[in-house]
Amino acid sequence: MRSFWRTLDRLLRHGTGPARLLPRGTELDRALLRDIGLVVLADGVVGVSFGAIAVSGGQPAWVPLAMSPAVFAGGAQFAALYIVLGGGGVSAAVIAGLVLNARLLPFGFAVADVLDLRWPARLLGSHLVLDESTAFALAQRDPARRRAAFFTCGSLLFVVWNLGTLLGVLAGRAAGNPETLGLDAASPMVLLALVLPALRDRRARRAALLGAAIAVAGTPFLPGGLPVLLSLVGLAAAGRRSAGRRSAGRRSAGRRSAGRPGSGGPGSGGRIRSRAEGRA
Amino acid sequence: MTWLAIVALAGGTYAFRVCGPVLHRRIELSERVRWMLSVAATVLLCALVATSALTTGHGFAGWARPAGVLAGGLLAVRRAPFIVVVVAAVATTAALRLLGVR
Repeated sequence: MRSFWRTLDRLLRHGTGPARLLPRGTELDRALLRDIGLVVLADGVVGVSFGAIAVSGGQPAWVPLAMSPAVFAGGAQFAALYIVLGGGGVSAAVIAGLVLNARLLPFGFAVADVLDLRWPARLLGSHLVLDESTAFALAQRDPARRRAAFFTCGSLLFVVWNLGTLLGVLAGRAAGNPETLGLDAASPMVLLALVLPALRDRRARRAALLGAAIAVAGTPFLPGGLPVLLSLVGLAAAGRRSAGRRSAGRRSAGRRSAGRPGSGGPGSGGRIRSRAEGRA
Repeated sequence: MTWLAIVALAGGTYAFRVCGPVLHRRIELSERVRWMLSVAATVLLCALVATSALTTGHGFAGWARPAGVLAGGLLAVRRAPFIVVVVAAVATTAALRLLGVR
């Protein structure tokens, strides 16, 4: 394992492949690289389960294999897949996926400085705007490190996510019923683990609990996909975010918290960011 | 899932991603809008967690899956590593099914 990190480190600094996107002289310390690596490996496992769940749910292999590179957003991919597997309409699947991915809009603004590059790099790099890459980028103060963290996390995730999906497609067919293996517990678990840091915010927690209750209550009666969209009614419980103590705190915390991705959820980010900051 | 659906989802997702990098020198979202977007994502994700842990189709999913998610969730709250959390949930569910719990 140790030599794997060393190789990765060397590769990223002196550059082939994704490393060519990194500016010269960029350094990622080994600890940050290890944190990114852990997240990437964990997401690889999720990718495997995405591929396996899709094909064992009866989707043809090309569906997960096209979705993973093209959509490249785990939560939305699972959401769309579940709605379709649950008998919901394709348009409900697309809408649910898009609503979930709307958070990538503020994330894109949060890392816009990192992507202030020539057009080809900017457009390609935009595809790497993810919860994880955003969280890692925002945890770095130095601009060069921000860029390095963003591109390292994003491009490694792209490779591993797609390899994982391919593996899952292959294994899913061999494995047969994923329920026997308990695989159906994987995706609610992954989503829960990713969203937990965001639930530390009291208002978000209240909204989320109400929304979840509405969604579960609606499931017996409503067509697939709709209960999840209906959970947005829970936003009413979040209430208004008053000025005052909270926003004052944020302002003093400076630039990073302004673009804070944390409450958007998928952040194993929350946890990782605080670790990374602790070191900085 | 159809080609068209995947293209629509992928295209829309990319549009969300690319707005910031393309427009950031021109407009800025208010903090209130950012906050609402992020809370909306949290709400949707939690609704997904709840429905996919508790239900299959229009009915109850059985006890094994929610028990697995609960076991993993307890580990997650105690800040166990991500991969341990996921493996624990899957293993708990599989073990319960092996024991005949549906």
